[in-house]
Amino acid sequence: MKVSYQWLNQYIEVTDMTASQIAERMTSGGIEIDVVESLNKGVSGVVVGYVVSKEKHPDADKLNVCQIDAGTGETLQIVCGARNVDAGQKVPVALVGAKLPGDLHIKRAKLRGVESQGMICSAKELGLQEKLLPKEQQEGILVLPADTPIGQPIGITLGIDDEVLELDLTPNRSDCLSMLGAAYEVAALTGREVKLPDTSVMHSSDQASSHLSVTIEAKDQCSHYSARYIRGVKIAPSPLWMQNRLMAAGVRPINNVVDITNYVMLEYGQPLHAFDASKLEGGRIVVRNAQPGEMLTTLDDQERKLEPQMLVIADAVKPVALAGVMGGANSEVTEDTTDIVLESARFDGSTVRRTSRQLGLRSESSARFEKEVDPGRVIAALNRAASLLEKHADGHVTEGIVEAVVSRPEPAVVQVSLPKINQYLGTDLSKLEVEAIFVRLGFEGSIDDNGVFTITVPTRRGDITRDVDLIEEVARLYGYDNIPTTPIEGSTTPGALTKAQAIRRELRKKLTNSGLNEVISYSFTGPERAQLFPALTSNSRPIRLAMPMSEERSVLRTSLLPQLLEMASYNRNRKNYDLAVFELGSVFHTEEETLTALPNEKHRFGLLFTGNAVQASWNQKAQAYDFYHAKGVIEAMIQSLGIDHLVRYEAAQPEGFHPGRTAAIKLHTEAGWVAIGYVGQLHPELQQKSDLADTFVAELDLAPLYEYADFAIVYKPLPRFPAMERDIAVVVDAGVEAGRLTETARETAGELLESIRVFDVYTGEKLGADKKSVALSLVYRHRERTLTDEEITELHGAVVVKIEQTFGAELRK
Amino acid sequence: MKERLEALRAEALQELQQVAGQQQLNDLRVKYLGKKGALTEILRGMGGLSAEERPIIGQVGNEVRAAIESVIEEKQEAYRQEETAARLREETIDVTLPGQALPAGAVHPLNKVVQEIEDIFVGLGYSVAEGPEVETDFFNFEALNLPKNHPARDMQDSFYITEDILMRTQTSPVQIRTMKAMNGKSPVKIICPGKVYRRDDDDATHSFQFNQIEGLVVGPNIRMSDLKGTLLQFVQLMFGKQAQIRLRPSFFPFTEPSAEVDVTCSQCGGHGCRMCKQTGWLEILGCGMVHPRVLEMGGYDPNEVSAFAFGMGVERIALLKYGIDDIRHFYTNDQRFLNQFARM
Repeated sequence: MKVSYQWLNQYIEVTDMTASQIAERMTSGGIEIDVVESLNKGVSGVVVGYVVSKEKHPDADKLNVCQIDAGTGETLQIVCGARNVDAGQKVPVALVGAKLPGDLHIKRAKLRGVESQGMICSAKELGLQEKLLPKEQQEGILVLPADTPIGQPIGITLGIDDEVLELDLTPNRSDCLSMLGAAYEVAALTGREVKLPDTSVMHSSDQASSHLSVTIEAKDQCSHYSARYIRGVKIAPSPLWMQNRLMAAGVRPINNVVDITNYVMLEYGQPLHAFDASKLEGGRIVVRNAQPGEMLTTLDDQERKLEPQMLVIADAVKPVALAGVMGGANSEVTEDTTDIVLESARFDGSTVRRTSRQLGLRSESSARFEKEVDPGRVIAALNRAASLLEKHADGHVTEGIVEAVVSRPEPAVVQVSLPKINQYLGTDLSKLEVEAIFVRLGFEGSIDDNGVFTITVPTRRGDITRDVDLIEEVARLYGYDNIPTTPIEGSTTPGALTKAQAIRRELRKKLTNSGLNEVISYSFTGPERAQLFPALTSNSRPIRLAMPMSEERSVLRTSLLPQLLEMASYNRNRKNYDLAVFELGSVFHTEEETLTALPNEKHRFGLLFTGNAVQASWNQKAQAYDFYHAKGVIEAMIQSLGIDHLVRYEAAQPEGFHPGRTAAIKLHTEAGWVAIGYVGQLHPELQQKSDLADTFVAELDLAPLYEYADFAIVYKPLPRFPAMERDIAVVVDAGVEAGRLTETARETAGELLESIRVFDVYTGEKLGADKKSVALSLVYRHRERTLTDEEITELHGAVVVKIEQTFGAELRK
Repeated sequence: MKERLEALRAEALQELQQVAGQQQLNDLRVKYLGKKGALTEILRGMGGLSAEERPIIGQVGNEVRAAIESVIEEKQEAYRQEETAARLREETIDVTLPGQALPAGAVHPLNKVVQEIEDIFVGLGYSVAEGPEVETDFFNFEALNLPKNHPARDMQDSFYITEDILMRTQTSPVQIRTMKAMNGKSPVKIICPGKVYRRDDDDATHSFQFNQIEGLVVGPNIRMSDLKGTLLQFVQLMFGKQAQIRLRPSFFPFTEPSAEVDVTCSQCGGHGCRMCKQTGWLEILGCGMVHPRVLEMGGYDPNEVSAFAFGMGVERIALLKYGIDDIRHFYTNDQRFLNQFARM
């Protein structure tokens, strides 16, 4: 809402404050003023002049030489190129020394040999906004009304010595979508009186009801419809002051009738509409729902197909307006109009909102109805417009208002007690202070012996319905700055992170300290990406957004890896080749085709390595990331969670991964060994498609880790007896996994085997094809005594035999 | 015999004087002092001496030995020192070459901010509550006093999945879920960090995915002054002791009264600069007293308890805190961007 400072002064005396001061006061009171804009874009030295005569320029066809009386005491000769200039006109004259927008200085000049003492201006040259100009002013010089005083500074004539406050209204304060609403707000903030406009009309013996009847059929969607019948209007431009104010508010002047309805809408916040009475058939207004198949061409010349739940204003035969949204072309006021039906009604907000949305048609009117208009102003606005039509359109207002009333809301009565106000705000306000605030707001009420205020809330403040709403009014007028700051009283609570939160924190710390960067990717992805790693998506159907911004971001991610690949490509395109990153985030799974319940949101850990782990340097060679870097991260995580004894890795071939370089990460749960994720190399085909170098990834579910993680550190006494170390090297088939060898050794040796370590893996021609040698170092120890050589030899021998038998291994000598 | 011994000393010292190198020194030691050396050779003849002579000659023998040994030791020490010096010379390295780097990665700047805020509030006795990112219309809107067709729903265009299920547009549904789970018990002191989603064209300051942190305190006598006290405490811990707050009345459907909160501009300390558009203040928070209808939806009797809530955008704070100029950096994860956060 744009509020002109000069116009505001019509309703509340604020000449002692500047526009900026008002803006500051309103902002601190809760109505934010985005900008205070000066309407004068740099005009000075321009006055109203009278064109005494016009003659053709002797040497230029398109130029005229005008003699101008600009009230300066001498006749000015001005050369003017506009086609529409003529003797007898009043026009804006930029005198020598004048300034115009765009830093234009007017000087004495000779045009084709003829002296020119100034310039006759167009509206555009005076800085008026083109889109707000009436059609006749968009070209040529600006022709002013004949009664404009000669010599008057143009700022006064055009009302541009004014500033406009642009109100950024929150949805609850639609009462300020009007000049009066803004005036009431300023009144409350500054303790002043609001002056209401003149709504009087002359008496007439011609009864409106003899010309018109009104019926509301759709009673849920229209609670009140009122109309006046006005005869003999003369369509003409509206007075300049009215046009100036409309333009200040951002509304384009059209003609006096339309301008008056707009003007009153801006004054009262009540949208009005004027019909050409001669185009209404049957002398009837019916407020009803559209009938199936009905069409209406609206004032913007668009033909609209109406739906049955839309509300229309109809005459006896046809729809003539989309209620609250826009009038119909078939009943439009034109230059020939003489009799009009003036409408002021209260339409249901959500009906208007729905219709306006469905048709993609928003108007000043619909914007106001959507937020519900003040039921108390329907009649006042109607009368105000009638009064203005009488004065400025020569209208004859027939006697009486024709109306249909379904309901007329009573002002709300709301109670709040002084102790509650003070308790809620933490203040110590007195009864008098609070009373004074209600008075400033224009709220009437009383207070009883218990300190309970009973407040009758004016209908203009429909947002106030319960005690806390009144408390807010008290708080904002008292000033939020004046509310004290206090500590919370009452019992204290211990603050802590949950186990899951603590785990994520620790993982983040551990991994970043190990050189990995944390990333956050988008939760939305493309449908194809969502299917890249089926093993990680538990056969979920990608969940599709109803209205995605793009196909690339149209479904919810089912796995983190596609997002990490996208991130890796993005970085590679920027020559960031070496990546070690992880993400902690949710993926979204469902088996439903159409969601009826919330999807399963799983916390996931994702990992990606590509490029070099070690940069070539003066003292070392570059080392590329490989599978074991990725696995090492998983192992370190698992170990730090205290569950390494519950986890094993098994070769696996999930889609999207390199079939020979991928392991399932399995956790031992009550249900046995369960895969909680995968670690492996990206499948070469997918790698190529993503335009990446060798890439190693992992993704796993965090929920099982949250469940099984064991934070208890239990100290074990340091060993008091020596350990015995034995190394063996065995030749086995290349397909035998080292992990199975160590597992077998552990099982065979039992608890005397303190540790086992693979210290060499060797393949070579000497061993034969499909063979490899694995060297193991085993450490034996008894916690209670020194093991004898014989014991070790026997135990170790058993381990060797078991390995030989189980894997067809050959002991290497 | 004495003469022979003296002659040996002279000869030995003479020869040691001219010794060249460790090897020769060792050879001379063997030659004169070894088991079959010259000194031993001479002393072996002591058997033929008288009892009177024996101790005298013995003493002379010892003196000769000591004299030779002393010179050998001296020479030996000189060689050792020379050797050490040579070794140290050889081992000299270029200390200006770079050291072996310790790995250093970065917590994502958004999570860095979230963790910092979490830590402050955990220290003030808050728990961290979480909820689903896909929400029902009920929890995201209706329970927050935003019925269908409420004009305030215009404020946030949402990503719906079905008519009733959508990506949450705010972390406030976690407040409702927490309140319901409390079964009417108080006090409640939580903060809720998390991702939220709104239909918005991406540009330098807008992202369809972003993060919020909200706080909620429910208790028998929670006042608006407590809200101010809490926020002041928070901003001073977050932005420094000099930080002040300013509350301006505003509107949120789920709070009444509602306020926007400005904090002293961290760039200029409130004097006015480009970052704060010369106002000295930065808008960082929205807050208010929880609307009674929302308390009812959460299973509380607004006559028994009151509550305050506040919320802030994590991206906005991170942008301000680190002077970042484009919100999209947070989600494209350019390593050159992330690497800048790998430090304390």
